[in-house]
Amino acid sequence: MEGTAVLGRVTWRTATVVGLRDETASARTLALAMNDWPGHIAGQHVDVRLTAADGYSAVRSYSIASAPSTDGHIEITVERLPNGEVSPYLTEQVLLGDELELRGPIGRWFVWTPEQVGPIQLVAGGSGIVPLMAMIRSRESAGSNAPFRLLYSVRGPEAIFYHDELQALSGERDSLLVTYAYTRVTPKDWPRPAGRIDAERMANDSWPPELRPSMYVCGPTSFVEHTTELLIAAGHNREKIRTERFGATGETK
Amino acid sequence: MNGSMSYLDGNAAAGELNRIFAVDVTNAKGQCGNCGAKGRFADAHLYMQCPGLVARCALCGHILLRLVHMGQRAFLDLRGMTYLSLDTTE
Repeated sequence: MEGTAVLGRVTWRTATVVGLRDETASARTLALAMNDWPGHIAGQHVDVRLTAADGYSAVRSYSIASAPSTDGHIEITVERLPNGEVSPYLTEQVLLGDELELRGPIGRWFVWTPEQVGPIQLVAGGSGIVPLMAMIRSRESAGSNAPFRLLYSVRGPEAIFYHDELQALSGERDSLLVTYAYTRVTPKDWPRPAGRIDAERMANDSWPPELRPSMYVCGPTSFVEHTTELLIAAGHNREKIRTERFGATGETK
Repeated sequence: MNGSMSYLDGNAAAGELNRIFAVDVTNAKGQCGNCGAKGRFADAHLYMQCPGLVARCALCGHILLRLVHMGQRAFLDLRGMTYLSLDTTE
């Protein structure tokens, strides 16, 4: 690659909002276009910086939801946090054509590339689905046959992101299995009561440890903690589990 | 649960550390200066609800890294780690 000496450094660039799509009542996908986007790997995130007229600025990290592409476009999905500084703007006020400051792609650890052909277990808690969706989309766009399972924990059916797309992809090439775990409200006639993922559910809805799957767990800190403990108790190797916790980071500059 | 303070993964520090380092430190392996555990920086526990950024060993809680910005300068304290092993092919 050209200019290798500076490529590792991440600088702020300008992204234009070219698409807006509501995923749920409180989450919105923003399609962003950049002139100089270097491309990304599924699972990476970007930092978005908003600056007020008085110079006060706030930075937040958002996972990229879209599959890798070279056309300078990415999508992020933002969940509105009550009392948030940045997410209410991104989910309610931003308009097509608006410009945002963005740096990335960031992170080389919580990533999946199509060269990984082994079984993959994805576990999402709420909006933790976003980087995992990028992996599912990357798998699809690369035509990968890596056996994927997604266990997606949500409050209720209304809180599911990417519902129709997941529905359409689930069962595709018999190797992407999607299972939902509802924590508060279940759909009608759902066979199981609402509740947190427990050991039994984890055993039923994830690859067994004998298959030595690579595991990616993303969600709020308490969810990641709980899920990781279940996976280890089930006999999985901690080394095979990659986690991405998120929470209110409150980073301001 | 680790007390009342909620933490993130070392991954979340990638953006800040990329301002300083040319390669991704969160993908590096390191050794805790206290308990000797070797692991990915990505697996460290990261605390960001403070004036700077603090990474602690996931096993013993020892502080591995502290990063604080003051004005135009960044102060980085790495003495909590014995070493960092970085991938220079990135």
